Amino acid sequence: MRLLNLLKIATKAIILNKTRTLLTMLGIIIGVASVIAMLAIGEGSKESIRTNISAMGSNMITIKAGADVRGGVRQEASVMESLTLSDFEAVKESATLLSYSSPVVDGRGQVINGSNNWPSSIYGVNPEYLNIKVVDLQSGSMFTDADVYSASKVAVIGQTVVDNVFPDGQDPVGQMIRFNNIPFKVIGVLEEKGENTFGQDQDDVVIAPYTTVQKRILAIDHLNQIMASAVSEEEAPDAVLEVSNILREQHKLTASDEDDFTVRSMEELISTFSSTSEMLTILLVAVASISLLIGGIGIMNIMYVSVKERTKEIGLRMAVGGKGSDILMQFLIEAILISITGGVLGVILGLGATVFIEKFLNWPTSVAVYSIVISFAVCAVTGIFFGWYPARKASALDPITALRYE
Amino acid sequence: MSKAIIKIEDLKREFTMGTETVHALKGISFDIKEGEFVTIMGSSGSGKSTMLNILGCLDQPTSGTYEIDGVRVKDLSRNELATIRNEKIGFIFQSYNLLARTSAIENVELPLLYNSKVSTEERRKRAIEALEKVGLGDRLHHTPSQLSGGQQQRVAIARSLVNNPVMILADEATGNLDTRTSYEIMALFQELNKQGITITFVTHEPDIATFSSRTIVLKDGEVMQDYNNHKVQSAANELAKLPKQDD
Repeated sequence: MRLLNLLKIATKAIILNKTRTLLTMLGIIIGVASVIAMLAIGEGSKESIRTNISAMGSNMITIKAGADVRGGVRQEASVMESLTLSDFEAVKESATLLSYSSPVVDGRGQVINGSNNWPSSIYGVNPEYLNIKVVDLQSGSMFTDADVYSASKVAVIGQTVVDNVFPDGQDPVGQMIRFNNIPFKVIGVLEEKGENTFGQDQDDVVIAPYTTVQKRILAIDHLNQIMASAVSEEEAPDAVLEVSNILREQHKLTASDEDDFTVRSMEELISTFSSTSEMLTILLVAVASISLLIGGIGIMNIMYVSVKERTKEIGLRMAVGGKGSDILMQFLIEAILISITGGVLGVILGLGATVFIEKFLNWPTSVAVYSIVISFAVCAVTGIFFGWYPARKASALDPITALRYE
Repeated sequence: MSKAIIKIEDLKREFTMGTETVHALKGISFDIKEGEFVTIMGSSGSGKSTMLNILGCLDQPTSGTYEIDGVRVKDLSRNELATIRNEKIGFIFQSYNLLARTSAIENVELPLLYNSKVSTEERRKRAIEALEKVGLGDRLHHTPSQLSGGQQQRVAIARSLVNNPVMILADEATGNLDTRTSYEIMALFQELNKQGITITFVTHEPDIATFSSRTIVLKDGEVMQDYNNHKVQSAANELAKLPKQDD
């Protein structure tokens, strides 16, 4: 009852001072709106940076047969035949932190089309390979699991191969090529990726089902590599550990045995990624807190002036029986109402601004729910915090002095 | 004899200003009985305002006793004083002190807002009754800026009545009004007094005192005179004697 009355009194006071209330709110509205818009732009940029870095395969994990020792001589990893299809299946089956995985067998040879030929590498993989490498097709299609199962002689080729074996610009899709005299039907062309950081031409490849490459070209039944992608950059280190454990179990290694395989992630890319996103987050948080702080000071300023301006009113309220606590609550409720209303309007304006930025400026934005929750919570808290001091001051006034105040 | 609503005995109030002690009230004693219309007179510096503040429970005496409606005011906390002001005293000020941009009825309701025992419906009902009593039954929703000075003071009087106080305390209530309107207000006070409401009127205008049943004159913090007025003037009659205004 008492609180309800105070709420009424406070609402009334707010409505009676529309202009002043609106001006106070403006600080909060702009504060909250700018926080939401800023964070939306920030999150948007962060996401687009994330996509760009991910496109470099930053969450890629490579598993290779490990160096073994034969007669005291350390052997090169590639001559090991310890990585098998059942290892791949075990990893695919048990790993929870991997989104894609593919066996890899590779070899070099000559790509031939009529009178044109070009030395290139062939990679035997499964269809998920494209997802791991984050590469699309510019034309045609990728082979399917059915092609893998039946070891079909189909291939997807890179732009460099296209340029060299189809020099007169005909569409390679549907054409036959030969790789080391085995005929393959070209069913797709990879989009251009250019060189990687080590200067290797990533477009100089032929991709075919790993079964086909194993049987028809290399005549092996082990795997050279297993490639996989972790569910996210952050999870990559854990995914490496998980895969290691699966393979140790698969290879029946005891605790004292060294790994007979190596699992690696793209650590450099990951650290670039995380430091970039960390920096962006810090920047955004700094900008956001300053805006909100200014909004809060705005509330304090206006409430302070409001207490001064309404000294006589406070004196009257006290004279007719308002207790100090009543006056305190009234001003506090006013501050809270102003900040909450301002907060709501700010959220609406912020969302509107975000849509505007996205639509008309074509900036990537992404409204994070947390930014709404946080900015709203912070503005409510600053409302209370900065409303408290002037309210406290009002409640401590001496009724006689307040009544005589001009 | 009717019972005493206010009992004051050897009341003193001292203020410390720097190193000096100012004795604003130097041992004052008097009672106010139910149904009296008392004017407290005195020039500035007589301790009139200090007396008013103590009577209104806005201030505490340094020593002596002050009892209102059986409650000893000394040593009460700020909150307890607020409750007494809310339930036992009706204030009327020289400058009306109405809330701006707030309707008459809401101004009158104000004291009851701080009394959680009064429901919303009862608050409204009592506010309307009080406004009708002061002759503003047709101005319920006017804001102070839409009312004349006299009407504003009537709203203030209605506000002082709404909590059924044991005493109405008026501080120079006619000080801002012209003679005609002052007489109108005084007539209203006399009318209310006839209905049994105790009124204490603090003023420095001698002609106001002639409308009251008793006058206490303060000087230099002491009671100089305290006499019953045997020839109470009727404010309504005085009003009739004033030259007619062309409306």
